[in-house]
Amino acid sequence: MAEGQIPIEEYETGNTKHKWDLKKLKFAHRVIFEYNYKKGEIKRGYANRTLYLNLTKKEIKEKPVTEDMKKKFTGGRGFGLKLMWASIKSSTRWNSDENELLITTGPLCGTTQYPGSGKSLCLTISPSTDIICDSNVGGFFGPYLKFAGFDAIEIQGKAKQDVVIVVDGEKGKISVETAPLEETNSHLINEQLTHMYASENTDKSRQKVSVVSAGKGAEHSYWGCLNFSFYDIRRKLPRMKQAGRGGLGTVLRDKKIKAIVTKIEKFDGVSNNPADPIALAKVGTKLHREIRDLDRHQCNMRAVGTVHLVEIMDEYDLLPTENYRFGSFPKASKIYSPKFFKHFTKIIPDGCWHGCTMACAKTVDGFTVMTGPYKGQKTTVDGPEYETVACCSNMSLWDPLWVLEFNFYCDTYGLDTISTGTAIAFYMEMYEYGILNKERCDGLELCFGNGEAVMEFMHRIAQGNKGEFTKIAAKGARRVKDWLIKNAWGTPQLIEDCGMESKGLEYSEYVTKESLAMQGGYGLTLKGPQHDEAWLIFMDMVNNAIPTFEDKAEALHYFPMWRTWFGLNGLCKLPWNDVEPANNAETDEPSKVPEHTQNYVEYQNAITGWNVDKEELILQSERCYNWQRAMNVWLGRGRRKDDWIPYRSMGPVTEMEYLSRKDRYDKQLVEKLGHSEKEVEKMKIKEKIELLYDYRQAQYQKLADAVYYRRGWTPNGIPTPQKMKQLGMDDPKMLKLLQDKINEDEKAGLNVWGGKYGKGEKPPNIHLKYWEKW
Amino acid sequence: MMDKLKTVKILKFHPEKCDGSLACERACSQVHFKTDEGGDKSAIRILKNGNSYKMHVCDQRGLCLDMCPVGALNRKKNGIVWLDKDICIGCQACVGFCPIGAMRKSDARIEPFKCISCGACVRACPNGALELIEVKIDDIKKVVYHKQGTE
Ligand code: SF4
Ligand code: SF4
Ligand code: SF4
Repeated sequence: MAEGQIPIEEYETGNTKHKWDLKKLKFAHRVIFEYNYKKGEIKRGYANRTLYLNLTKKEIKEKPVTEDMKKKFTGGRGFGLKLMWASIKSSTRWNSDENELLITTGPLCGTTQYPGSGKSLCLTISPSTDIICDSNVGGFFGPYLKFAGFDAIEIQGKAKQDVVIVVDGEKGKISVETAPLEETNSHLINEQLTHMYASENTDKSRQKVSVVSAGKGAEHSYWGCLNFSFYDIRRKLPRMKQAGRGGLGTVLRDKKIKAIVTKIEKFDGVSNNPADPIALAKVGTKLHREIRDLDRHQCNMRAVGTVHLVEIMDEYDLLPTENYRFGSFPKASKIYSPKFFKHFTKIIPDGCWHGCTMACAKTVDGFTVMTGPYKGQKTTVDGPEYETVACCSNMSLWDPLWVLEFNFYCDTYGLDTISTGTAIAFYMEMYEYGILNKERCDGLELCFGNGEAVMEFMHRIAQGNKGEFTKIAAKGARRVKDWLIKNAWGTPQLIEDCGMESKGLEYSEYVTKESLAMQGGYGLTLKGPQHDEAWLIFMDMVNNAIPTFEDKAEALHYFPMWRTWFGLNGLCKLPWNDVEPANNAETDEPSKVPEHTQNYVEYQNAITGWNVDKEELILQSERCYNWQRAMNVWLGRGRRKDDWIPYRSMGPVTEMEYLSRKDRYDKQLVEKLGHSEKEVEKMKIKEKIELLYDYRQAQYQKLADAVYYRRGWTPNGIPTPQKMKQLGMDDPKMLKLLQDKINEDEKAGLNVWGGKYGKGEKPPNIHLKYWEKW
Repeated sequence: MMDKLKTVKILKFHPEKCDGSLACERACSQVHFKTDEGGDKSAIRILKNGNSYKMHVCDQRGLCLDMCPVGALNRKKNGIVWLDKDICIGCQACVGFCPIGAMRKSDARIEPFKCISCGACVRACPNGALELIEVKIDDIKKVVYHKQGTE
């Protein structure tokens, strides 16, 4: 392996080189419509306008960003919500003409001094959930979009043929061009377009281009992700990061967009025109130093990225294996981080945006593809990250090379690794029980551990295979549940309990059976079961730091609000708590990493010139968080029934699962459910499973009660108009809508606490309409 | 093989000759910021060390080279670690990761700066307390990151 201090020009990936006839590709483009704009200045983090395109109406316009909009929605995901609210209808679905795809930035996005400052926030109505899906992604697109002049790009309507959208920040021009000849799969089209649109034939020039695309898999599944490119001057290729969850790539391809390209003329360390660049550099440098000194003793992010989690999760029984039946596995050590460290390229700054010294974006260069259309070619695999490795453990794939294969094809086909892996793991379990079989799976032997079948399934999706299973299975676990139940294959309860989806979205990769708070962290969420709102397992299960419902509810208020904040500003969450100051454990609230929270206060003030404190940061989030929930209510979801989670995430579904952790569960029957040891000994396993089942379901409902109450929502989970007003979100249409929905619930008898409270217990408030007294 | 023989000039300090008048710092800030303020605008710092003085300056070990995301840091033909401020995007990664704090940032601009072994300070010192000496790059070169584990 390279020793370091290799001149940039000299590093070689060893990948198969592509020769494109770019002239021919470009020549085939026809400009359908375009728009010239005046380049502007970024002021204190804001470009102060957003870009709107309508592909159906062939319209492009600029929308101003008002001070009121900044005050209420801050930026990033908040702007996305505000723009969607004005443009879509309550009946809008993912493939409606008026559905939008938004890529937003945020006032701190594009800063280079503070690690983790290049995130884009993407929003759309998701094919999986029919509600808003938001996804936080790295790569250069967001910063460049802002430096090209826009805080967000909002795309409505559909093109009639494949197009690329070009935001040319050099010329001040937006164009929508046909793109008939380019590849669709991301690792290829990103390279083609990067070379095509770079102003000069140099790596430095290519580094000023960023492409967003989704591959063939996104066209034929609900798992479409967006691949955001970031050109690597050492590897000399555009790498990519994924906006994974919820089918954003599916929407991109439904709109017939092959790619979105943005390029800029130049930028520097103060392109955001921060109010106080000196303070900014100070706080940023402080964090760089911390990462330098502490990362190798803490998470080892710089060496292996998020993969360091694999061994930790395995050790704590949290690594999902065989569709979350177990949290650890004897073979798991085969995919621990050292196994990937071996393959990772070293000595290269691996930030997904400039200045991120956390540098978790690892690659394997020169990987030889083993299956499918690119078999035998050598390529760079971006990743794997923890989630992708854990997906493989979920499918019982224990060979790092298969992990890389899965990772590579998911990315280039534009398939979200998490949804794909979690769903396939569910199909595999159904296969094991005979609910699915070879015939029902279009001839695929989709049993645990069969990597070839997994890859074949993915290739079929990308080819648009018309097999019944392939078509339905590519829509995800929820649709397969419905399909199995409709065909009366297997018992509905087993199917519902095993398939790890909530709201229609597949779970990300943590076993939550022993952490009630984390069950809420997945279920009581806006977009669905993704761990980006809260990760409370250690706090709850290992340290027992939040024992009561009230404690858990407080955590499920604070952390989702705090983590939402990153998305309003265009930031990555990792540098907040994946490195901690040396004295963090001695602070009042170590889980909040107080010193870093204070960094963010200083950081936002240094960019915007505001004078906020840490309470105000939470308020910024609370406004948008409640707004998004309210929009979900408007879209017909966003209530208690929609916060349902599958029992596999709460406890043991099958006898095998119970037996595998028998001592733990038996003990709980004694300690928590009050049975005597003798009784428990006599019980049949089935009986014990049922007892636990009822207990844990009831716990979850009580948790939901406590959380809704803490968040200021009705007992059925609707944000109250009073809460919205308190937050300053006084849009009359929104307030009326909420009141109407609450009245509907009232009539239907749904405005009641969900938990059953026995002696000595009480619901969060005896008044069901407690908020009316505010 | 040739690399093994490559050399670079670095500063050597003779504290016994230094009287703390900081002519070197003033000369250096002229080079970098066209001012004779010295201090924060100088790549070399002469600091009190008990009764004597010590020098704080880049020794061209080049650990920062692998940190720069945009290729603004390079080792020049003469062996010097060079920061091209037209390419630099001011991320401070090199400042934060320099193990001896010799990559410096002044409040005057976002791009950092460092010693380029130009010799202005050597010439400015009235007492001959500074000198440029030639060392083998291989002997000073440092790469200390991206290892897994705590070493
Ligand atoms: S920590 Fe990782 S994901 Fe976050 S900005 Fe840095 S490189 Fe990107
Ligand atoms: S501050 Fe400039 S020279 Fe230093 S690492 Fe960042 S971009 Fe490179
Ligand atoms: S050699 Fe030149 S750059 Fe280095 S400290 Fe002396 S004056 Fe400054």
